[in-house]
Amino acid sequence: MLTPDIFQPGQNVRVKLDWPETRGACHIRTPHYLRGQRGVVERHLGAFPNPEALAFARKAETLNLYHVRFAQSQFWGEGQTGDAVVVELYESWLEAV
Amino acid sequence: MTDTILPEIQPRAHHDMGGVSKFMCETVDTSRHALTEFDRKVDALRGLLGAKGVMSVDELRRGIEAIPEAEYHALSYYQRWIRSIADNLLARGVLSEAELRAALGEA
Amino acid sequence: MSILHAESEHLLNAVLGLLERKGIVRPEEITERIASTDQASPARGAAMVARAWTDAGFRARMLADGTMAAEEMGIPMRGLPPLGVLENTKQTHHLVVCTLCSCYPRAVLGYPPFWFKSAAYRARAVRDPRGLLTEWGTSLPEAMQLRVVDSTADYRWMVLPMRPDGTEGWSDEQLAALVREGDMIGVTIPGVGANKS
Repeated sequence: MLTPDIFQPGQNVRVKLDWPETRGACHIRTPHYLRGQRGVVERHLGAFPNPEALAFARKAETLNLYHVRFAQSQFWGEGQTGDAVVVELYESWLEAV
Repeated sequence: MTDTILPEIQPRAHHDMGGVSKFMCETVDTSRHALTEFDRKVDALRGLLGAKGVMSVDELRRGIEAIPEAEYHALSYYQRWIRSIADNLLARGVLSEAELRAALGEA
Repeated sequence: MSILHAESEHLLNAVLGLLERKGIVRPEEITERIASTDQASPARGAAMVARAWTDAGFRARMLADGTMAAEEMGIPMRGLPPLGVLENTKQTHHLVVCTLCSCYPRAVLGYPPFWFKSAAYRARAVRDPRGLLTEWGTSLPEAMQLRVVDSTADYRWMVLPMRPDGTEGWSDEQLAALVREGDMIGVTIPGVGANKS
């Protein structure tokens, strides 16, 4: 059964610092530049089957999906202060901070 | 402030292109590129295989990402797709390698 | 595995032949699918945008649930990913990218354009978005916040641009004719007399 919304709008979260790419074949929808980065949950977008399993035609559990906001300048130290990057991320990739 | 590995030494996959330095000085070709008959057919095939539950868009993506980097960049968008579709149909046993080999010989 | 290295068109024809023989995909289905896919074009999105500019109730529904709003306009959305709508204001501009592949709001904009799928666009949109926008001659005021939306998962995103000045009293059809593909991804901004592309 689906876990209830774990994260609330406005909550600070951190994207897991994990590299499944180093452990063999995988399909990951969390871009590399977000790994280990801190962001703020904007809203819950719904719940969807885990694409990491669907990609291998495996049974996929349903995961909550969130829109998470980051400062655009936080990844490369480039860009204009105040600009943002907003990304859809599954609960399995987020941890509360 | 952050405790990440520097982006440039991360073990990212080659399709995972956000912010990758080697593309930062590349201009964007904003001109219109008409799709070919081949492009449209591949697109339609993928849509049908999805609708019929033969393969998902996630499997398509996995197959595209499995194309080695040099080839990934050398192939056109829909050339990557047909390669992934064939790869997935073989992996799922919808087609056998022998069948496909024979069809390629006679097609 | 060398079998996958066959020339692409040859590979497509071989796969199509086998799928037909096995009764999985018929050639007519391909033709029909192409015809229905070709129906989706930026004109659909533009009609939604124009209506949102003239109908406050529709605008609110569209921002709350893009899929429902599209269906209300007669756009088939069944079985497609949910459509999210990003509202541009005087304070905020949105830009859509898919850094991992090419997720695009196809139901309302049609096939993704070449540039949207390019490595340069995918790489630069999250790292140097304001520089990227200059490729289209688009420059945002410094005081305006830019929000780059990296479309990574189950949603598809379109931008609802601001209604241009000088369009008071225009009909929905006139307004829709102003709205281009790029305006709904955020690389361009609609305006009276803006280049048609």
